[in-house]
Amino acid sequence: MSDADSVELVETKFSRRTFIKGVIAVGATASTTSQFLGRPGLASAQTMPGAAERLITLRVNGQDRPVDILPNETLAMTLRYRLNLTGTKLGCDRAECGACTVLVDGVNQYACSMLTHQVRGRAVTTIEGLQDAETGELSTVQQAVVEEGGFQCAFCAPGFIMSMTAMLDENPTPTREEAAQALSGNLCRCADYDKILNCAMRASELAQRA
Amino acid sequence: MAEKLIGTDIAPPDLIAKITGRAKYSEDFRRDGMVFAKLLLSPMPHCRVRGVDATRALAMPGVVGILRAEDVPQRDGPREAVLTDEPHYEGEPILAIAAETEELAAAAIEMIDLDLEPLPFVIDPLDSLRPGGPNAYSEGNRFADDEWTDVKWTEADFEAIDAGQMPDAQAVSEWSKGDPDAAFAAADVIIDEQIVHQSLTHDPMEPRSTMAYWENGKLYAHVSTQSAQRTKFGLARALDMDPENVILVAEYCGGGFGSKISGSTIMQLPAFFSRKINRPVMHRVTRAEEHYYGRARPGFQSWVKMAFQADGKCTGIDLFIVEEGGAYGSGDNGSAGMIADLVYTPQNMRFRSVSMYTNTPPKAAQRGPGGAQIISMLEPMLDKAARELGIDRYDIRMLNAPEGDVVFGPRDSTLTSVHAKEALVMGAEMFDWQGKLELSGRQEGTKVTGIGIGLSPYTAGSRGFDGLMMIRPDGKLYVHQGIGNLGTHSIADTARPAAEILGLNWDQVEIVWGNSSQGMPRSSVQAGSQTTHAHTRANHAAAMDALDKIQRLAARRMGGSPGAYSVDNGRVSGPGGSMTFAQIAQAAIAAGGAFDGHDLPEDIHPETVPAAEGLAGTGLMGVAKDNYGGEGGIYSWVAGFALVELDIETGVVDLKEYVGITDCGTVIHPRSLGAQVLGGSIQGMGMAMTQRWVFDPQYGVPFAKRFYTARPPGILDVPPDLKWGAVGIPDPQSPVGAKGIGEPPVGAGAAALTTAVADAMGGQCLCRTPLTPDIILAELEGRERAHGRLDQHVG
Repeated sequence: MSDADSVELVETKFSRRTFIKGVIAVGATASTTSQFLGRPGLASAQTMPGAAERLITLRVNGQDRPVDILPNETLAMTLRYRLNLTGTKLGCDRAECGACTVLVDGVNQYACSMLTHQVRGRAVTTIEGLQDAETGELSTVQQAVVEEGGFQCAFCAPGFIMSMTAMLDENPTPTREEAAQALSGNLCRCADYDKILNCAMRASELAQRA
Repeated sequence: MAEKLIGTDIAPPDLIAKITGRAKYSEDFRRDGMVFAKLLLSPMPHCRVRGVDATRALAMPGVVGILRAEDVPQRDGPREAVLTDEPHYEGEPILAIAAETEELAAAAIEMIDLDLEPLPFVIDPLDSLRPGGPNAYSEGNRFADDEWTDVKWTEADFEAIDAGQMPDAQAVSEWSKGDPDAAFAAADVIIDEQIVHQSLTHDPMEPRSTMAYWENGKLYAHVSTQSAQRTKFGLARALDMDPENVILVAEYCGGGFGSKISGSTIMQLPAFFSRKINRPVMHRVTRAEEHYYGRARPGFQSWVKMAFQADGKCTGIDLFIVEEGGAYGSGDNGSAGMIADLVYTPQNMRFRSVSMYTNTPPKAAQRGPGGAQIISMLEPMLDKAARELGIDRYDIRMLNAPEGDVVFGPRDSTLTSVHAKEALVMGAEMFDWQGKLELSGRQEGTKVTGIGIGLSPYTAGSRGFDGLMMIRPDGKLYVHQGIGNLGTHSIADTARPAAEILGLNWDQVEIVWGNSSQGMPRSSVQAGSQTTHAHTRANHAAAMDALDKIQRLAARRMGGSPGAYSVDNGRVSGPGGSMTFAQIAQAAIAAGGAFDGHDLPEDIHPETVPAAEGLAGTGLMGVAKDNYGGEGGIYSWVAGFALVELDIETGVVDLKEYVGITDCGTVIHPRSLGAQVLGGSIQGMGMAMTQRWVFDPQYGVPFAKRFYTARPPGILDVPPDLKWGAVGIPDPQSPVGAKGIGEPPVGAGAAALTTAVADAMGGQCLCRTPLTPDIILAELEGRERAHGRLDQHVG
């Protein structure tokens, strides 16, 4: 079975409704620490009869990462608890705040509300993947945030930065109003919106200059 | 010359970690053998646990253990414990299960058989004051001097209340000054209103997750807290252990707003649980759980009368607040009374309040506690007086706002400095108040424009904390911070005065923070906007101590008098030549004694001593208590100006313009200050309009437990061109001149909005938050509201 087929299968098998039911039933989580504990399969046997962990390969930040996952596991939990990519934050667990925003094939998505199975064969980029691993050079958006001194507590920052990255890809020269619209799926409780828009405009400027 | 640091924009040193995903917040830590805790939460607002059968849960493979109320300390009276067998609000933690996975722990919780006895409950504090009304506790509704009593008002009191009057009822807290009765008798205009301010949760972006484990008798706790050093000692007290055996890691905090001042009770859970099962325990808190035990601002139900002379001067305030204190009580109302007296300077004031226990989530100080509520309630009343007297709403504020010689409150408190009027002047100019007056009331289609002003003060400082810093043999200055890192940037900004005193560039300074094993001086809690004031002073004092030691060492090594030596760019130079700070650090280590921290000042706090002892011998130590002293309270101010469009067909309010101007003394970090002024103002607007906490009065359970049901403002709720400014007049009683800023913008933003909405409605005071479309429409259409005027928790 190809990756595309398996994605389709999973999406049929675990419709949004079933997915939500499954997630809610266990307290909005689908985590395991099996990678760290070396006990794969433990949770599945108890919580989702018939569900078993399965080894798949994810393409994350340009690397192939083999990982055991459950059928009902969210991408956010896989990233945080299996791949130790903890830059992707959980602020609400269900698509209300955007702290878990990642890029899937360049499009910003809430990682808390995607099944890991859905991203097989697709390129996932997290906040850890923006900085050049070899040169240490920050991405344009990250550089703009540094120059503008963006964010306060910054728990929302990874999500905003991912959304800003996707926005500039689609609209390299947004107005402040357009930027606000593009970033409206992300919540900042410090309400540092003025500075966030300054960062977005600076990022656009830096990208144009480059 | 070293660069000038105070008043410049310097990004905090942790910013790169925050934007690359490397910054570790409490839920980002992992430990071998780590298990997950899940809580069983009370499904009722008040009940007693008669029995728990966890047999099936504990038999599940992978379930590691259970923690019950009997496993954690319990205290008599309305005092919160980590777990309880008599929950006093829906969502209060009863027990916890630990398992190999969080999913499994959650599944095990579902397997527990629970026998609960439902008990009477009360959601609205007025109900608890009614004769025969229910109480939040079985023992009574008031707890003082370790005894329960029952406070009930009379039928006559409630007849007055039902008739829309302020009752002459029994208050628990009370003060008055001047002659309020005479002031009201002589008044030209009296504004008399009943006002409800809602209770609402803090909702920081980062839930209060904690991970803890024990190793060799030491507790390692990864927590989300506003104040690092104080949290370490708080946690040690809770666990009844030597504080030096607590290693607290709290490098990053994803917001607190008063809900994580020195951590919170639930933060203790993984520590107790880990001690019991001998495994590292992660407790990941969900958003819904944040709404239960994550703390909330107390609600107010109030009666207010304000007396005015014909010229607009406020001459009297009569204020009676019933406070919704939640399951464990709270005390916002006191500062509300003080601030009412401070902002309008009536000289004649009567303040009465009663704070009632209710079976709702525990309350805590929320950014601008008491002040934000009272300002957003009283400012529309001031406007009403201005309209009745034919006075401009800006002018009436200029007439009533205090100046530097103000005395206020029951004990005639004074302030170190007040520049509220300067903030109003600057704001009116930036907002163009005169020009905008022409837009007030203008209707285009279904949209009516309204403009408003909110003037909001709050405490902004404290004195007497310690500073601790080292110049190490690498020639750099290491400033040890015991304060927290919750996004205000004060962790770095309060070190700037030290760097300036020692003539250093910013890249010669390292901030040491967030890990108690690295040495933290006794610090203020990072709350009440104290930090900038308190710790620029403490670091100033410690830097002066370091400078004195540098000069004395230089004179000793190179000859001449210490005073002839000066510092710049990491060198000390004088008549005998020049030494680098690296050499000075070596010289300090060689000299020992006070120079390298082996002898410590006697007046530093006992909690600073072990931290300083741990650093002794590693370089030249600057350590001192802030002995600069001072008289009077330290308050900062924000004047907020708003322009809104109210859609009279839908009741929706659209904020079009906002200007916030602050008086907070010397500006340390302009860009960060602007973020505080605007961010705090927007939080106030959320409090006044979008975040709606609603309870079911029949079952006593909350309905709004998520972001989408109690929605904080998003990026589209504010205009993309907000403006701010600062008066920038130094506080004369601090060597640095800076005051704090966190609290005051909340009341300013909320009040600018409530006054602008009232303006768009032709001056009608809705006298309630949140200003939701249904309430606005009912008022516009002359309909009865869907709830009683004084009902709490209905929206």
